[in-house]
Amino acid sequence: MHELSIVEGVMNMVRESALQSNIMKVNKLKLVIGRLSMVLPDSLQFCFQALSQDEFFRDAVLEIEQREILIQCGKCKQQFVLEDVYCYICPGCGANEVEIIQGRELYLDYYEGEEN
Amino acid sequence: MVQVKMESNLLGANELLARKNRNLFAGQGLLVVNLMSSPGSGKTTILERTIDVLGGQLKMGVIEGDLYTDQDAQRIEKKGVKVIQINTEGACHLDAGMVGNAFGQLPSGDMDLMFIENVGNLVCPAEFDLGEDFRAVVISTTEGNDKPLKYPFIFRQARVILLNKIDLLPYTDFSLDKFSDDLARLNPSAPVFMVSGRTGEGIKTWTEWLLGEVKRKKP
Ligand SMILES: Nc1nc2c(ncn2[C@@H]2O[C@H](COP(=O)(O)OP(=O)(O)OP(=O)(O)O)[C@@H](O)[C@H]2O)c(=O)[nH]1
Ligand SMILES: [Mg+2]
Ligand SMILES: [Zn+2]
Repeated sequence: MHELSIVEGVMNMVRESALQSNIMKVNKLKLVIGRLSMVLPDSLQFCFQALSQDEFFRDAVLEIEQREILIQCGKCKQQFVLEDVYCYICPGCGANEVEIIQGRELYLDYYEGEEN
Repeated sequence: MVQVKMESNLLGANELLARKNRNLFAGQGLLVVNLMSSPGSGKTTILERTIDVLGGQLKMGVIEGDLYTDQDAQRIEKKGVKVIQINTEGACHLDAGMVGNAFGQLPSGDMDLMFIENVGNLVCPAEFDLGEDFRAVVISTTEGNDKPLKYPFIFRQARVILLNKIDLLPYTDFSLDKFSDDLARLNPSAPVFMVSGRTGEGIKTWTEWLLGEVKRKKP
């Protein structure tokens, strides 16, 4: 699993940006992850706890928003939430050319902090 | 208190490098296959068999991803094919940066087909685009046929699937029917080749298909 390196990446991004924005302390970070991305929220939280011991991150909360998998049928163009991650067949018309339009997200949405 | 909007893709750096690799490969008319599976499914064995068949007519290269050793690279080298070893030092997947560096060490402009053997793992490698043309996923009969459902993402993304160790079918409870039913829902457009790295059965059908792909990539 690469949760540790993901969390490290996020923290570096935030540190760099905070330096430019004159932010001395972070209160909150918000990540968005799709159900299809291969990372586990619990594991991200665990890694974040382990790495956020310094003054800058100590009081920060990591919020993780999970996104459902959304598919769009290539034939009938309807969109559906994919409940069953194993079945890429259109529940509307039975066609098997479906496109994944949401669910692969893996990004840092924003962070909140206190200015100097 | 202030809020700073970032919207930064956490895989963005990798995706940028993957795009760079893909342009580089396309410029040389080189077909690149990212080979993925669980540990021990037979990636290296299938590579050896594939080199035996195609090595005479194609210029091939291999990038070997391995946690710590160079055993697989040595096996490929014995076949007379250029191979670059990447030791990931414990990292569970290859990324586009590692592949770009390794590619730079291969003789440039001198290949038709390059394989990247990824680290044996059905989870993390699926998330890292390496700039390949397509992904080939190997599953072996001894792993049980629940793997596509347990690791749907990697099977969904495969352009082609190889079922290896079919010589062992009689000794396992692997159900071919269940396997094809699952794939019909998960990834209906991927061809499935049944092969044995041990006996060589099915390898010819696979290499013929692959040769077609190489020719399509040539300018
Ligand atoms: N019976 C049988 N054994 C096979 C077959 N293909 C590979 N093996 C054996 O399975 C073992 C693992 O094969 P490898 O080719 O090293 O597998 P791999 O996927 O490259 O393994 P890693 O790189 O360690 O993930 C070896 O002992 C092979 O001899 C096959 O078709 N039938
Ligand atoms: Mg191997
Ligand atoms: Zn439909």
